[in-house]
Amino acid sequence: MNPCPCFFRLGKGRRGSIRFLSPPVFLSSDLQLLQWGSEGSLNHRDRNSTPQPLLNPRGGLLPCCPGAGRGRGLGAGREAVTSSRRRKNMAGASGLGTGPGAAGGDGDDSLYPIAVLIDELRNEDVQPPLENLATVEETVVRDKAVESLRQISQEHTPVALEAYFVPLVKRLASGDWFTSRTSACGLFSVCYPRASNAVKAEIRQQFRSLCSDDTPMVRRAAASKLGEFAKVLELDSVKSEIVPLFTNLASDEQDSVRLLAVEACVSIAQLLSQDDLETLVMPTLRQAAEDKSWRVRYMVADKFSELQKAMGPKITLNDLIPAFQNLLKDCEAEVRAAAAHKVKELGENLPIEDRETIIMNQILPYIKELVSDTNQHVKSALASVIMGLSTILGKENTIEHLLPLFLAQLKDECPEVRLNIISNLDCVNEVIGIRQLSQSLLPAIVELAEDAKWRVRLAIIEYMPLLAGQLGVEFFDEKLNSLCMAWLVDHVYAIREAATNNLMKLVQKFGTEWAQNTIVPKVLVMANDPNYLHRMTTLFCINALSEACGQEITTKQMLPIVLKMAGDQVANVRFNVAKSLQKIGPILDTNALQGEVKPVLQKLGQDEDMDVKYFAQEAISVVAQRLRKLDFPVKDSGEPSVPRADKNHFPRPRVPGEDTGKGPVYPLHGDTRDTLAQLEIAELVHFSQSRD
Amino acid sequence: MPYRRSPSPCLDEPPKVAKCTAKPTSSGKDGGGENTEEAQPQPQPQPQPQAQSQPPSSNKRPSNSTPPPTQLSKIKYSGGPQIVKKERRQSSSRFNLSKNRELQKLPALKDSPTQEREELFIQKLRQCCVLFDFVSDPLSDLKFKEVKRAGLNEMVEYITHSRDVVTEAIYPEAVTMFSVNLFRTLPPSSNPTGAEFDPEEDEPTLEAAWPHLQLVYEFFLRFLESPDFQPNIAKKYIDQKFVLALLDLFDSEDPRERDFLKTILHRIYGKFLGLRAYIRRQINHIFYRFIYETEHHNGIAELLEILGSIINGFALPLKEEHKMFLIRVLLPLHKVKSLSVYHPQLAYCVVQFLEKESSLTEPVIVGLLKFWPKTHSPKEVMFLNELEEILDVIEPSEFSKVMEPLFRQLAKCVSSPHFQVAERALYYWNNEYIMSLISDNAARVLPIMFPALYRNSKSHWNKTIHGLIYNALKLFMEMNQKLFDDCTQQYKAEKQKGRFRMKEREEMWQKIEELARLNPQYPMFRAPPPLPPVYSMETETPTAEDIQLLKRTVETEAVQMLKDIKKEKVLLRRKSELPQDVYTIKALEAHKRAEEFLTASQEAL
Repeated sequence: MNPCPCFFRLGKGRRGSIRFLSPPVFLSSDLQLLQWGSEGSLNHRDRNSTPQPLLNPRGGLLPCCPGAGRGRGLGAGREAVTSSRRRKNMAGASGLGTGPGAAGGDGDDSLYPIAVLIDELRNEDVQPPLENLATVEETVVRDKAVESLRQISQEHTPVALEAYFVPLVKRLASGDWFTSRTSACGLFSVCYPRASNAVKAEIRQQFRSLCSDDTPMVRRAAASKLGEFAKVLELDSVKSEIVPLFTNLASDEQDSVRLLAVEACVSIAQLLSQDDLETLVMPTLRQAAEDKSWRVRYMVADKFSELQKAMGPKITLNDLIPAFQNLLKDCEAEVRAAAAHKVKELGENLPIEDRETIIMNQILPYIKELVSDTNQHVKSALASVIMGLSTILGKENTIEHLLPLFLAQLKDECPEVRLNIISNLDCVNEVIGIRQLSQSLLPAIVELAEDAKWRVRLAIIEYMPLLAGQLGVEFFDEKLNSLCMAWLVDHVYAIREAATNNLMKLVQKFGTEWAQNTIVPKVLVMANDPNYLHRMTTLFCINALSEACGQEITTKQMLPIVLKMAGDQVANVRFNVAKSLQKIGPILDTNALQGEVKPVLQKLGQDEDMDVKYFAQEAISVVAQRLRKLDFPVKDSGEPSVPRADKNHFPRPRVPGEDTGKGPVYPLHGDTRDTLAQLEIAELVHFSQSRD
Repeated sequence: MPYRRSPSPCLDEPPKVAKCTAKPTSSGKDGGGENTEEAQPQPQPQPQPQAQSQPPSSNKRPSNSTPPPTQLSKIKYSGGPQIVKKERRQSSSRFNLSKNRELQKLPALKDSPTQEREELFIQKLRQCCVLFDFVSDPLSDLKFKEVKRAGLNEMVEYITHSRDVVTEAIYPEAVTMFSVNLFRTLPPSSNPTGAEFDPEEDEPTLEAAWPHLQLVYEFFLRFLESPDFQPNIAKKYIDQKFVLALLDLFDSEDPRERDFLKTILHRIYGKFLGLRAYIRRQINHIFYRFIYETEHHNGIAELLEILGSIINGFALPLKEEHKMFLIRVLLPLHKVKSLSVYHPQLAYCVVQFLEKESSLTEPVIVGLLKFWPKTHSPKEVMFLNELEEILDVIEPSEFSKVMEPLFRQLAKCVSSPHFQVAERALYYWNNEYIMSLISDNAARVLPIMFPALYRNSKSHWNKTIHGLIYNALKLFMEMNQKLFDDCTQQYKAEKQKGRFRMKEREEMWQKIEELARLNPQYPMFRAPPPLPPVYSMETETPTAEDIQLLKRTVETEAVQMLKDIKKEKVLLRRKSELPQDVYTIKALEAHKRAEEFLTASQEAL
């Protein structure tokens, strides 16, 4: 398709190595590069010499807003450029892709971003295109344009703001199409504070009319900006104008508008006094907490902590706690789950002197119900925060009231609930010590460790270092060590990989001596496993452990095994040997490198398999570099500059053209006698990509 | 240009099966087939008998007079072991359960004296405003539920078979009964098998209170359709607020409910002229929200089906408002992820518009090209389906306006590495009308298409595509021998030029690399060994033999292909195999539509 080989190379050939699209641009734009270098000294004369193909049809100098172009305005301009590019691409023009090298006529266009970057932008350059972008249908583009306009507004002087920016906002606010009106909603709050009183009144008037716009999209936009707008208004205007708007929006016919009003409620409440809150806001909020649409109630539950803080302790006790009780027993599981999530924060935000009694008497009874809820999301939401209550309630209450709940949840049928409890053990550990729980903990952990779903197993592995730290080395050796070793031979790669990392973290926690006695021998035994995947696991473990274990163990125990595996009959094992040698190279001393590693690598460098050869050569160059540095210790940067090799367990994609053009662009190591290996690699690639 | 067909299709035409939108795929691979569940499994649309006044040059196919009905179940049940019995997939919105649910059985309407019937009817309607619990305790109030069910049943019969029973006093009672039973906030979508409900493949959660709701819907529909029904009286009760609440229900997950809603809204649109603009506006708002905010709504297909019938009835010339609707709503609807759920209805609407006013063709095709999927191949196939439907009705003058960008896109589709996309695009060459259009504009179309066809005739990985491409090349060759030869020459020349440019560029890179080598830091950043030069691979120039060879291959391969095209078969494939629930299948199969097709709603002038 694309006639430009350079582009091809950039796109597909080499992961990560960035090249210019094509040398001609690079060479012919030396003028621009020079200017880029001397950016600070640019003046308007320079500007005129720069190609400016699109932006500024009017030309001429404009003194209106000094500084609008520099600093943040510049960023805004760049965003506008990317947005407009995006739009062009969507319009079907192949745009950037064809590249400047493809046709000479495109040259100017490709310089355009550079022109924008190096030049000083004026208001005239950015505002009109941004205004256009603020009216397009594509929501992402519009939002970005509004964001940029908001930044620009900060650079205006008050006079320029009224002369250039406010008219723009007015135009948008009175646009025919809903898109421009929704964009306008986000711009009122940035121009209001610095506008004159007459203009302020106009702005308020316009915001009012958008709040009762015929189109729900506009009302939603207005409702979502209501809180922000309220913050910049004078207190009187908040009471006389914002509160009625809030009340109206909160009783809109569309629940999607009403729920946004709940969000605004938080901001408005922060501005008003206690008395005003009671009379102006609370009636509406009470109504929202009992709204017939679950979405609105969900929003109240979701914003509960913010509301609680904004409303203050008195209203919390009288109104919010009863409302919260209702939310905890709401008929929709979504609402209950959102409320359950807030239990801990609710407790933390209560006044310290009464919080224990409030929670014990008014919240705990509802929590007890939720532990046996019918919906697993509710239970797991609760499980993720319930442990946090123990610090608030203290040791005795925790043992008497919370512990039974924890134990019940540890036995829950849903693995997510159990996981959430286990992941938060540290809170309880601080209050009552983990021993209280360990009896019930162990069966729960074992069950999760053997769960049929690999994602569950993965999750419990991640908590192993934490658990190990809290349960101590003895308990670990006795009960959990065998689990950790079993994961190394799991049939899912992600689990084996996580188990490898887990070992590394455990060694960091328990020290090298422990590693030498308990972990390393077991890992090394796997090097003789008949399954090549397990043999590779040994290599991966060595990669992970060598650094934590230090030079001595690595050289004496691990290296011989790695070297022995260089003769493995499966090519995948051999090239992983090369990779491992490259990885542990920095830990070894010169003798080992020179005497043992290098010959083996050289042998692998002559391997019949091209991937083995490739990785062997790569390792040789790294090791050679290391040897050179050891010989002439100039400045050891610690980490050798390894190009992209260590973390990716999959073979390097072949550069197009290297192999005579046959086969796919990314030939994985495909050995026909070993289809399992192909599968395995497909799995490796899959996972490393999904992790990226 | 005079209209060749009657501008609005005649209404007495028997309803036809919805036009096939999925061209079948021919490959036997198990990855074959699309996610086009909506498509009727009919291999080829039947050519309609042409009107006699039609000039012979045009074999445009007129489209159907009714919108394609939305399928009740998205999933084609493959039967066999996939079907499992599961816990009932039901949920219900929070009905405000009535406090007093003890219903007294009232005497039957037909047994009571005529003068008391109206009063009794009202009593029964009020009784049906009592709401029951079907979810948390399905076995509660069984006796009273039965009273309500029987009452509703009786009223359905009564209103269908008796005359003069829809008296003025009945209107508010009937509307209230409907509102109380149905207007509710829909529950959050719950999907126990997956993280998020996927409208394209997940089974819907059915409404638990359906035994009652069905009868309420049925009653209301009969009420609207009763010969005694007078919109003038009803408009006091069936107002904008009512319509808005009705539209909210379209998001229901239960297809049976949406099916009733569709018919009811269609009737209301037909009978209440004053509400028409409002209904259209509110539907637009639903679409905007769907396109730009949530991308989630269950009732888009049904709403489009109604709109299809509305568009069908638009008077000519089209109002500006309607054209805006096409450009600003219908076209952006192509962008949404779950397009497959409502694509047949959407394509129908678009084609209706173009049949009404051909001058809209250019903006529509430009719009389609703008929203053309970049990575989503099944969606690309849908676009190709729709585009062919549009081309079926395109005016030749409009065709010449859009053909260049259009065929540039088709050239990309033909080169698509996804064989179904390439295959679908190449099926255009089986369409006689499209071929006649191409033939009339060969001088501009051929140079665009030729390189894509020629390149892929060798390099595409899929053998079926090779055959189809040879078929296409053969048709081109027969169309204009001279032009074909010119294109071949030009293609070769271009390729030559390209190689030269590549060579130049490669040399440039090498120069840079050499310069870089002089830098003392070079070894630190050294890239992997330089590539062997690419330009040396293929340097022959086109010869007369080449062209002859191409022609011969084209002849033989294309013949081979024509046979293959005959054996087309439909392959439908779900994105993934999820266990299906017997209860849901049965419930959906048992649902009877009020009517199979929506008829056109003639626009009031």
